[in-house]
Amino acid sequence: MSAQPTILLLDDDQDFLDLYREMLGQHLPSMPEVRIANSGSRALSILESEQFNLLIADLNMPKMDGLQVLTIARRKFPHLRLVVLTGIRDEQFRTRAYGLGVDQYWLKPETDQEMGLFMESMESLISRESQEGFRGVQSKSLVDIIQLECLSQSSCILKITNGLTEARIFIQSGEVIDAELPGLTSEPAFQRILAWKTGSFETLPADPSRVRTIFSSYQGLLLNTAQAIDEAASVEVPPPSTNDGDSVPAPAQNNRAAAILAEVSQMEGVEFVLAVGADKGRTQEFWGLDNPKPISEFTKETLENFRSLGDRLHVGELQQVLGIGLQHKVAVAPCGPADLCVGFPPAVSSDHVRDSFKNILSKWAS
Amino acid sequence: MGLLSRLFGSSEPALVHLPAGSFTVDKDGEVITSTLPQSFPAGHRDAIGQQVLASFRSAKRAHMPLTEITVQYSALKLQARELGGGAIVFLMPQTLDQHSPVKIKKSP
Repeated sequence: MSAQPTILLLDDDQDFLDLYREMLGQHLPSMPEVRIANSGSRALSILESEQFNLLIADLNMPKMDGLQVLTIARRKFPHLRLVVLTGIRDEQFRTRAYGLGVDQYWLKPETDQEMGLFMESMESLISRESQEGFRGVQSKSLVDIIQLECLSQSSCILKITNGLTEARIFIQSGEVIDAELPGLTSEPAFQRILAWKTGSFETLPADPSRVRTIFSSYQGLLLNTAQAIDEAASVEVPPPSTNDGDSVPAPAQNNRAAAILAEVSQMEGVEFVLAVGADKGRTQEFWGLDNPKPISEFTKETLENFRSLGDRLHVGELQQVLGIGLQHKVAVAPCGPADLCVGFPPAVSSDHVRDSFKNILSKWAS
Repeated sequence: MGLLSRLFGSSEPALVHLPAGSFTVDKDGEVITSTLPQSFPAGHRDAIGQQVLASFRSAKRAHMPLTEITVQYSALKLQARELGGGAIVFLMPQTLDQHSPVKIKKSP
């Protein structure tokens, strides 16, 4: 990527393109090179041939609308920053755009103040290289975010989302006082949350009535957690269940997955668990199944079908599929590099299935 | 011809708004009834019906027949109930407000 940042601006209104090319190219401090495209297909073709830091796209365009372009761009160019700039004031489109993974959703500025905020925000986006980390604060790890909040003596709640799982870290006057995620609270929850490598977070107002359950200083807490993560990574556990012969045997590096399966199998109401890897051999880890092959096929087909449907409808990430039958209740979801399927007895309530599955996804994501 | 095309030609496809509503399909995927607005493309509706039926069939092949499937996307919830080989499907668009009722603190 060259030193001068590059922006691709997509809109079907030529006057708008001309105006914003000048605004962004001449008034942003980083003086980016701004290219323009007046159709989705043209934009994608330019993205194929050149590297960009940022794509700013309108939504309402003929032939190929903005959601279609963003879907393709997010998949093909995962490090490209995406911004929607539209005149559509509609909560549904905002939700769908964020579901597709855009970084920011802007209504076309109508005042100088709004234009100023937009320009500042674009400068902030293009002045940072894309990195793994938590969206919400660019290029920061969760440890960085906690340290920042604690150093500034903040009182707030950090709400962290990793796929379907929501967690909260409670900070009071610069100290971490509690943490929670489905099925866990206090330090164990804090350790689990810090093991997440990606996610998104929001800062919520503090809850002064929250009871303190963590009494270590935040420095000690972070140190203990780092040690616990290191120790967990080095633990050797017995090999997982055998495969049915059609799949590649589970390799040694999947010991961690086997340990999680063992833990999940102890959860109330869980009848069976199956994790199917996305690798070529579709490595399987399972518990509670004599023959995992049919369930594995169901998991694969269901997630593939609904993923492709989601892409067609532009409704964002497929989060989970819950099924109810006379013999089982079943929950299926993509979780990192694996697809998970968990079976429950039919008598268990759907709420219990949802809560347990969230808990399982959270363990798996950690 | 140009004028006629302009007057009677099909309008450019606009951005599709996801509607709330339901439809029923038979075992072949043919739509029997629908409360979805006509602005929602029939192709999208048919694709939803077909994928839902495919999942019911897939579950049956796995010896785990299902009577109801709920599919959760970031911006849409689909709920489908099996109806004698066909299905009734409910579309429920989701918004960010529904996901996180707590307001985000504004920076000073």
